[in-house]
Amino acid sequence: MDLKTKTKAEIMDEDRMRRTLIRIAHELIERNRGIKDLVLVGIRRRGVPLAERIARGIQEIEGESVPIGVLDITLYRDDLTTIGPQPMVHQTKLPVDITDKTVVLVDDVLYTGRTVRAALDALMDLGRPRKILLAVLIDRGHRELPIRADFVGRNVPTSKREVIYVKVKEIDGEDEVVIEEKSPYYKTPFR
Amino acid sequence: MGLNRKDLLGLQDLSAEEIELILDTAVPMKDILGREIKKVPTLRGKVVATLFYEPSTRTRTSFELAAKYMGADTMSLAVSTSSVQKGESFRDTAETIEVMGVDTIILRHSASGSAQYLANIVKASVINGGDGTHEHPTQALLDMFTIREKRGGFKGLKVVILGDILHSRVARSNIWGLAKMGAEVCVVGPPTLMPPDIEKMGVKVFYQVEEALKDADVINVLRLQLERQQKGLFPTVREYHQLYGLTPERLKLASRDVLILHPGPMNRGVEIDPEVADGPQASIVDQVANGVAVRMALLYLLMEGGAFSAVVS
Repeated sequence: MDLKTKTKAEIMDEDRMRRTLIRIAHELIERNRGIKDLVLVGIRRRGVPLAERIARGIQEIEGESVPIGVLDITLYRDDLTTIGPQPMVHQTKLPVDITDKTVVLVDDVLYTGRTVRAALDALMDLGRPRKILLAVLIDRGHRELPIRADFVGRNVPTSKREVIYVKVKEIDGEDEVVIEEKSPYYKTPFR
Repeated sequence: MGLNRKDLLGLQDLSAEEIELILDTAVPMKDILGREIKKVPTLRGKVVATLFYEPSTRTRTSFELAAKYMGADTMSLAVSTSSVQKGESFRDTAETIEVMGVDTIILRHSASGSAQYLANIVKASVINGGDGTHEHPTQALLDMFTIREKRGGFKGLKVVILGDILHSRVARSNIWGLAKMGAEVCVVGPPTLMPPDIEKMGVKVFYQVEEALKDADVINVLRLQLERQQKGLFPTVREYHQLYGLTPERLKLASRDVLILHPGPMNRGVEIDPEVADGPQASIVDQVANGVAVRMALLYLLMEGGAFSAVVS
């Protein structure tokens, strides 16, 4: 048993995650009135498989594919000197020029908003999108910046003592969202 | 993850994993060079100083650009117009620029071991930009990055280092790095320009170019360092070219898709023929671009957020 954290509850299983992402795909198409000029950009790491699944959903609904990009925000983080081990820098890959496109940022959990702030800065350096929207699987509150999501899988009120783990098959071998209580002495590792 | 060290003084004391981490980190850095906005904010507010006691074009400009692309400010101390000319000691110069708030010092100096000496006296990170005939780690890292980019890896590659091995810090750093990554390293050059006991570094030694070049996958041609040749170690530049210059004929002995590297600046017609230097197998221009990417990676790994900075702060 992990002495540092204990699982309190599973808040999303595989089926529920699938339905949620399909719903977000529908909302996205509705909001954008189709898929014209749409680009999905997953924030590494777990935003990427989520973006791919939303894109598959869009493909099923509309019969057309949307481009998917990968955004690594490491070089734009504001907490590099305070987080534990230094994170590895990975490649950012955008399949198309994002200038004048509608970019939908996809991430697993929206918490302080600092990751999204970094992602916005990174995107601005890569082009000038006409619009940027934000889709997240879980919004757990506790924002430290004036940032909100346009598409939310599920709102989960949490305390700061809790940690939300989104697990996806592509990385973790299973689809699941769990909420864990961490010991006050435990520093959340970078995943 | 992260380089758990303050300084980069040489490849001799890096592990294969650390070299791999630097090369891996340089891949996304190279992407930044291709962008319209070639700047990330990562090292904002940090200062990188170049302190060069020997002339340099690419190492210095490459480091300065790398630092600027990473968001740091740069300060370049031109020794020829500084107080060094008034007799200021190396130590005093270094301590002076450190108290001005410099976070990283890139040093080039003619004395082997000078980078180690500097690292011991300053709290700032020190990156060795070439110390005497000892090491020039960032040159070797960019050579290795270029090899990996073109060949996918190092295992089983035959890499020939050709030229004045005796005076070459580039050769020494390459030998340390390549051997750690599993390449077969051969050195070839005139006996007078071959250091004694070089075999102990784990290389095969040749004195005949033709023998060494057979089936080579990579040829790293060293510059004939004319400024370090006051001892009459070879008769004439012309004779050197005849016996050791990389000519189109000699190139035919190597593997067909051989990769040719040269740390620059080239003495065309001496250690390398112009047809070879500008030929399809040469990656000398790629090396320069890769040098910026590798140095960006190093600055990131040494300066930002590593376990080491967590300990000192």
